[in-house]
Amino acid sequence: MVDIDTLRDKFLKNINMAGDLDQLNAVRVDALGKKGAISVELAKLGQMDAEVRKKAGQIINALKHEIIFALSERQRLLAKQALEKKLEAEKVDVSLPSRPSIHAKVHPLSRTMDEISAIFADMGFVIAEGPEIETDENNFTALNIPPEHPARQEHDTFYLKPNTTGARPVLRTHTSPVQIRTMRSTKPPIRIIAPGRTYRSDHDATHSPMFHQCEGLVIGPDIHMGHLKATLIDFCRSFFGMDELPVRFRPSYFPFTEPSAEVDIGCSREGGGLKIGAGDSWLEILGSGMVNPRVLENCGYDSSTTQGFAFGMGVERLAMLKYGIPDLRTFFDSDLRWLHHYGFMPHDVAGLHTGIV
Amino acid sequence: MKFTLNWLKDHLETECSLSEICDGLVRLGHEVEEVVDPAQSLSDFRIVEIKNAQPHPEADRLQLCTVEDNGSMLEIVCGAPNARAGLKTVLAPVGTYVPGINITIKKGNIRGKESNGMLCAFSELGLDGDSDGIIELPDDAPLGTSYIEYAELNDPIIEIAITPNRGDCLGVRGIARDLSAASIGRMKPLDTSECKGVFNSPIRWELSPDALEIVPRVTGRYFRNVTNNSSPEWMARRLINIGQRSISALVDITNYIMIDLGRPLHAFDADKINGDTLFIRRANAGEKILALNEKEYTCTTDMLVIGDRDGADDIAGIMGGERTGIRNNTKNLFLEIAIFDPVSIATTGRTLNINSDARYRFERGLDGDSPDLLSGYIARFVQSICGGEISHEVSVGSGVRWQRHIYFNPELTHQLTGIELTYEQQRQTLNDLGFVIEPGHDATWQVTPPPWRNDIDGQADLVEEIIRIAGYDKLPMVPLPRLSVVAQPAYSQEQLRPIHLRRMLVAAGLYEAITFSFMAQSDAALFDGGDDALTLLNPISSELDCMRPSILPNLLNAVSRNLNRGIRNVRLFEIGPVFHGTDEASQTLSCAGVLNGDFLIGDWQDRARSVDVFDAKKLMEEICRTLSVSGKSVQIHTPGPTWFHSGQSATMMLGKIPIGSFGMIHPEILAAFDIKVPVAAFDCNISAIPLPRRKNISRPLLKLSAFQPVERDFAFVLNEEVSAANLLKAVKAAAKDQISDIGIFDVYDGAEIGDRKKSIAVKVQLTPLDATFTEAQLQQISADIVASVEKKCAGKLRG
Repeated sequence: MVDIDTLRDKFLKNINMAGDLDQLNAVRVDALGKKGAISVELAKLGQMDAEVRKKAGQIINALKHEIIFALSERQRLLAKQALEKKLEAEKVDVSLPSRPSIHAKVHPLSRTMDEISAIFADMGFVIAEGPEIETDENNFTALNIPPEHPARQEHDTFYLKPNTTGARPVLRTHTSPVQIRTMRSTKPPIRIIAPGRTYRSDHDATHSPMFHQCEGLVIGPDIHMGHLKATLIDFCRSFFGMDELPVRFRPSYFPFTEPSAEVDIGCSREGGGLKIGAGDSWLEILGSGMVNPRVLENCGYDSSTTQGFAFGMGVERLAMLKYGIPDLRTFFDSDLRWLHHYGFMPHDVAGLHTGIV
Repeated sequence: MKFTLNWLKDHLETECSLSEICDGLVRLGHEVEEVVDPAQSLSDFRIVEIKNAQPHPEADRLQLCTVEDNGSMLEIVCGAPNARAGLKTVLAPVGTYVPGINITIKKGNIRGKESNGMLCAFSELGLDGDSDGIIELPDDAPLGTSYIEYAELNDPIIEIAITPNRGDCLGVRGIARDLSAASIGRMKPLDTSECKGVFNSPIRWELSPDALEIVPRVTGRYFRNVTNNSSPEWMARRLINIGQRSISALVDITNYIMIDLGRPLHAFDADKINGDTLFIRRANAGEKILALNEKEYTCTTDMLVIGDRDGADDIAGIMGGERTGIRNNTKNLFLEIAIFDPVSIATTGRTLNINSDARYRFERGLDGDSPDLLSGYIARFVQSICGGEISHEVSVGSGVRWQRHIYFNPELTHQLTGIELTYEQQRQTLNDLGFVIEPGHDATWQVTPPPWRNDIDGQADLVEEIIRIAGYDKLPMVPLPRLSVVAQPAYSQEQLRPIHLRRMLVAAGLYEAITFSFMAQSDAALFDGGDDALTLLNPISSELDCMRPSILPNLLNAVSRNLNRGIRNVRLFEIGPVFHGTDEASQTLSCAGVLNGDFLIGDWQDRARSVDVFDAKKLMEEICRTLSVSGKSVQIHTPGPTWFHSGQSATMMLGKIPIGSFGMIHPEILAAFDIKVPVAAFDCNISAIPLPRRKNISRPLLKLSAFQPVERDFAFVLNEEVSAANLLKAVKAAAKDQISDIGIFDVYDGAEIGDRKKSIAVKVQLTPLDATFTEAQLQQISADIVASVEKKCAGKLRG
């Protein structure tokens, strides 16, 4: 019988010296192949008598397992080294730029209208719409603005050519005709906002012939001016993200509301800049009031049993104040540099749960 | 509406400060637009006397002045030619900011001589006046006194916005009345006693029967031997302070009374009136009046005019005429105080396009009692300034019937506003504002508004008056009650579509634009629009005179502007209205986009790829997918509308409804928009696409094949006119149930394919339904596909 220790030393030495998987396989064959030294020794066991075989078998099997273990350890090591070498060869300069992506932005007015909608949706409002070419009736008369009313002169209305009945359609000068359409088609309770395009024939640094408004209308049993106040204060504070934003209501006049109120928010003009929040100055932001009984009657409601409030706001103005956009006219210029600077990422969805500030 | 604090105090007894008064005005609904307080900027300027003046030894034009100021003597170098010993003038002491030249005075040394302050001209104080030299004050001007106090310039100027309903506050007295109701002072009495006059007016009124309805009341008086000099200093200064010009005493009086009492007057030079009668009548057709603004107006027969036997010379309530107007040498005056119908005045003013202060007040409604009530006060006022003798009053008109009753239930105040006010508080407020309350039936009050409140016509108006005086800060804050336990969506299914499309298109790399709903009619005409019915009667400009038939022209203009700014790749879309008629159904929602330049941007790895028709097609398909329109239900009709490239465009049809189009823009259209690069575009009519049927919230059970799909490739040689869509249809028809996916991976038309032929290579994925395909089955399917293409498209499998 060969010396087990010599065999062990020889194979362990060869295993550790094997530089690649081929060399390691040669050692495996040498030791454990059909004619390998350990296989030969194992074959000899059969010719031994039981007592000797038991002892020799234990020794030779122990050697076999030791060598198998050493082979697999070495194989793992060699495989790892080979992979590392391959990865090293595949190295690239990852500081090179990635492929150019194309990206774009949502218009800040869309974002602002989404924000307004999100806040009012939380208060149970739904969105209502109406056409932009309106009848004189819906835009003025039903809203208690008869033809000679001084307020009508201030509207700078765009007119279209008279139609076959002789009536001149108008481009709606405010979103208030949606109030009329809603009341004429719906029974109370009503809780709507109506964001949309509006038109007045005025074009200078602070006026655009097209701009956006958002109307609001709430009709319901016992809806009073205290509801209006809470609703609009909550809106202003949510929109600007300021719990303590000062909000002021003062009497005003709109033909379609009575009593009427204009809503101011606090601001500071120190140092020439405008800052929303507590300060010594006020900024007009909303018109509102209790729906004028004449308007309710015009829509077929009984004004002695039905009441509610309405409000309207300029969307561009809100966007300019919130996002620091200085010039009204730039909203409609489609300058890509402007859209990129003031726009919003498409995944940045305005919602009360995702944040609107 | 502008007035000064002292002017207000003529009518209002108050201890309140300027800022308390301004806060009060805002709380009452009179928005304060500006307050200018000269006392703040000019308080340091003092009256001094030049004791001695001698030439400066080193400068010809300068003088050395010794000035007495508060008992001490100051040396001041002065360049004014009128600086002389004994002159009383105005000093800016060292340390004073001089607004007219934007300098703070320092102790100086001018050519070797010390100078301790500055003697000032009007312009240096920012005031109007002769500024050729320093201010010259009369000898009795008190030394050491603040100049603005002496000159009564320390009178803050207040400008407020008056809402259209408050014609009564277009006079200082009306504002005082509102403030007193809010306990900011007490009204001072106005002497409205009668003025009998001492002779009969040589001029009388004649009211034409056809004008009776629009002339409820006119009074007039003749003033004999008046002196029309310049106005007294105090009146001129007040008018100048509020931005009016001082012209002559008589003209100034009419302006002053208009601002003071909100009562427009018209003054005739009685000597210019031909005859003894002023006719108040409707104008004759084409009758011309040369008005005081030196413009000639041609009247129509519905307009109210006043004139003598030589014709009309006053557009009643709007503007007087040149012929009978007041001159500097007017000796005899005839003064008119009238009430005209507001609607008539507004119509005439708008037709003639005259915006005068008188029209502004007449059309907002005047105090119906004022022609009689104020006649005496105004007569005495004129006489106090211009002297002369006052005639008896002459008048026409049956009077203004302003009396009306409103039955008011004071419970309504709480019902409408949530504010709790006692009946007594409400009654007091209404009384303070001039309303008369008598018992009505049941619990109501019978309320009569005062003659100056033409705007009050219902209970809600009374509620506003009551809470306006109580203060809007009294409004409670009451959140709206919740309508339902579960929050309901704010958007309808239809309203969600533009929101989804917007996010999809921005994520796809297009910027959202918002452009005007109108455009040039010539641009609209290129896109099947430009109907006369959709053109504006009064556009801002010819560039914006027509409602848009499509968003694309605006976007093409935007492309052009951006290209001119050096931006190479423009990708824009807009979702908004387009107009095909003026009725509601003809105003539809559209989603259009334009792309030019590179859609894939080149870099160190990949070549750039310019936009092409398939980028536009893909975006249209994405729009369809977003709107739940299945690709299977959409057909492509070529070519698209005329503004597209005839060989690279199509219209997308959903059954018989066109829902949009896409393609490359036609070169002639590009030229019309001054664009020199190709532009791809899409235009989807969102309104034409029906809403998908509401699906169950729960999804149908997912059925997955247990068997592996296999792929087979086919290349067919076809005549070039056979469309890819027809080829795919033919392939699909051969094995409808087994084909789970199908695609084209190569299109080739090299010479070896043959003349007017092309090769299209199709990859088909086959998924078995109930057992793995056998080789025989696969061969059968392949043979069916080849046969179908041969039959339907005359295509041959490529050898």
